[in-house]
Amino acid sequence: MSSTPPSLLAELWRHFSRNRGAVAGLAVVLLLVLLALFPGWFAPHSPIEQFRSAALSPPAWLGGGSRHFPLGTDAVGRDILSRLIYGARLSLTIGLVAVSLSLSMGIVLGLISGFMRGWVETAIMRLMDVLLALPSLLLAIAVVAILGPGLLNAMVAIAVVMVPHYVRLMRASVIGELGKDYVAASRIAGAGTLRLMFDTVLPNCTAPLIVQATLGFSSAILDAAALGFLGLGAQPPTPEWGSMLASALEFIASAWWVVSFPGLAILVAVLAFNLMGDGLRDALDPKLKS
Amino acid sequence: MLAYILKRVGMVIPTLLGITLLAFSLIHMIPGNAAEALSGERGMSPERYRELAHQLGLDRPLHVQYFDYLVRLLHGDFGRSINTHEAVLKEFLTLFPATAELALCAILLALMLGLPAGILAAVKRNSFLDYSVMGVSLTGYSMPIFWWALLLIELFSVKLGWTPVSGRIAIVYDFPTSTGFMLIDAWRSGQAGAFRSAVTHLILPAIALGTIPLAVIARMTRSAMLEVLREDYVRTARAKGLSWFSVVCVHALRNALIPVITVIGLQIGTLLTGAILTETIFSWPGIGKWLVEAIHRRDYPVVQGGILISATIVISVNLLVDLLYGVVNPRIRHGR
Repeated sequence: MSSTPPSLLAELWRHFSRNRGAVAGLAVVLLLVLLALFPGWFAPHSPIEQFRSAALSPPAWLGGGSRHFPLGTDAVGRDILSRLIYGARLSLTIGLVAVSLSLSMGIVLGLISGFMRGWVETAIMRLMDVLLALPSLLLAIAVVAILGPGLLNAMVAIAVVMVPHYVRLMRASVIGELGKDYVAASRIAGAGTLRLMFDTVLPNCTAPLIVQATLGFSSAILDAAALGFLGLGAQPPTPEWGSMLASALEFIASAWWVVSFPGLAILVAVLAFNLMGDGLRDALDPKLKS
Repeated sequence: MLAYILKRVGMVIPTLLGITLLAFSLIHMIPGNAAEALSGERGMSPERYRELAHQLGLDRPLHVQYFDYLVRLLHGDFGRSINTHEAVLKEFLTLFPATAELALCAILLALMLGLPAGILAAVKRNSFLDYSVMGVSLTGYSMPIFWWALLLIELFSVKLGWTPVSGRIAIVYDFPTSTGFMLIDAWRSGQAGAFRSAVTHLILPAIALGTIPLAVIARMTRSAMLEVLREDYVRTARAKGLSWFSVVCVHALRNALIPVITVIGLQIGTLLTGAILTETIFSWPGIGKWLVEAIHRRDYPVVQGGILISATIVISVNLLVDLLYGVVNPRIRHGR
């Protein structure tokens, strides 16, 4: 009697769950997803409703605070907690859109350059070198300069910044896989190039892509917040975490809660994705474990 | 060695050309037309447009324009700011020392704290100290530095009143800026309190900017040290009766430093990105603040030139690190 081997997912979870930091990261990410999907269930108010009479009221536990506004209100009387909760939806959307865009572009370009080699590969890789040579925020700023400020354009800018990482990763794995017997067997069996690319080779290159995509979420959230902070990303009154800090410098002496909570939200979200990404890397690729 | 240098430099040229092509296309991809973007004039008449386009050479084929652009760049002509009418290169060179001073202090700070922290964490592996260093560095790595800078201001400037909030030096001091590095100029001016003022202005921005490199250096030093400490020659050195301290600091550290140097070279991009945010918050008159203001003012020649020069600096530093690496490690020089 033979025992069935554990399923891939169960195996992955077994490795992943040993890493307490990674599990904590996953828990925070799940919480953020819940908030992002159903912000109305959790947020006490609308993110853009202005309670003018209660402007800059402190958090509930301080003197002068009100339990209607658990984390206080900003300069025009908007509830900070509600803005943070709706901001989770924005940040996750930004991450999802930017990562999906760059991942799909990266996969296609990486597959092409890995399969074609020759001048096509050289052209693609040189272009990626150019993009990599520019500091991420500088490149994002260049893209925003062309497209104009705004949330959608910020997502495109961030996606462009991340593409080279996926292309390089993909190309390297493709070249590694192409030398293996199963690819040769598939080719001899008559599989066309497209089938070889997406059906045969791609599924075997996913592990590093998953790790990079998870870490991509954290850099997308950070970059979007930085653009928002500089006034080049989400525009007011959108409750984006970074743009909530854009005018915060004025309140630094008078209303610390306006400054502290949005940044804390960014830090926690980014940290969670980084912890989860590290855990996934160790679980998916035991070779990389030190 | 010469062949290695030539090969490395040769590999950079296509990238540099690519950057110039990107900067050139920037002006042509902006909505509206390039004549508007380059002159800053709005709502011009068709006659005025034709005149200006001819004057700027925009009526010629694109490849001719690009070639002209390259020739101008080689002559050091990076265009003129719409806002100040100054040459972009001149503005850049005036502001660059401020950014360089900030970035240098930030990376020095990161090294002074990051190296010992990484070494200690590796030596005391799996101890409370190791976990703390790694935890703090992961937090630093995930930190939105514009928020971190705000927190620093809140604590040290507002609550404690130890440091000023913005600028490079108190306004009462006035001396010629010969080097552009405020610390050096203030020191040489001999004015009482000038140097102190420059230091207090610099310290918070340097901490904010140095945080991410600090986290990266600590992590990298730790993993490089762990790798090296497993080597046979470390065991041999210990077996010979050398003290743990001298084995770690002399034998192991020298080899662990090689990957760390590479990482420091790669941090130049992070520093430039960070400078954009840090300078904006602390009103530090450097390249980062200049670029952000240019975007807000739609001063496209500055954006174009600034991006081009910054990218060239990043590429040059990375090239330099590559070359140094070849000097330090012959395996790389003779490898592929």
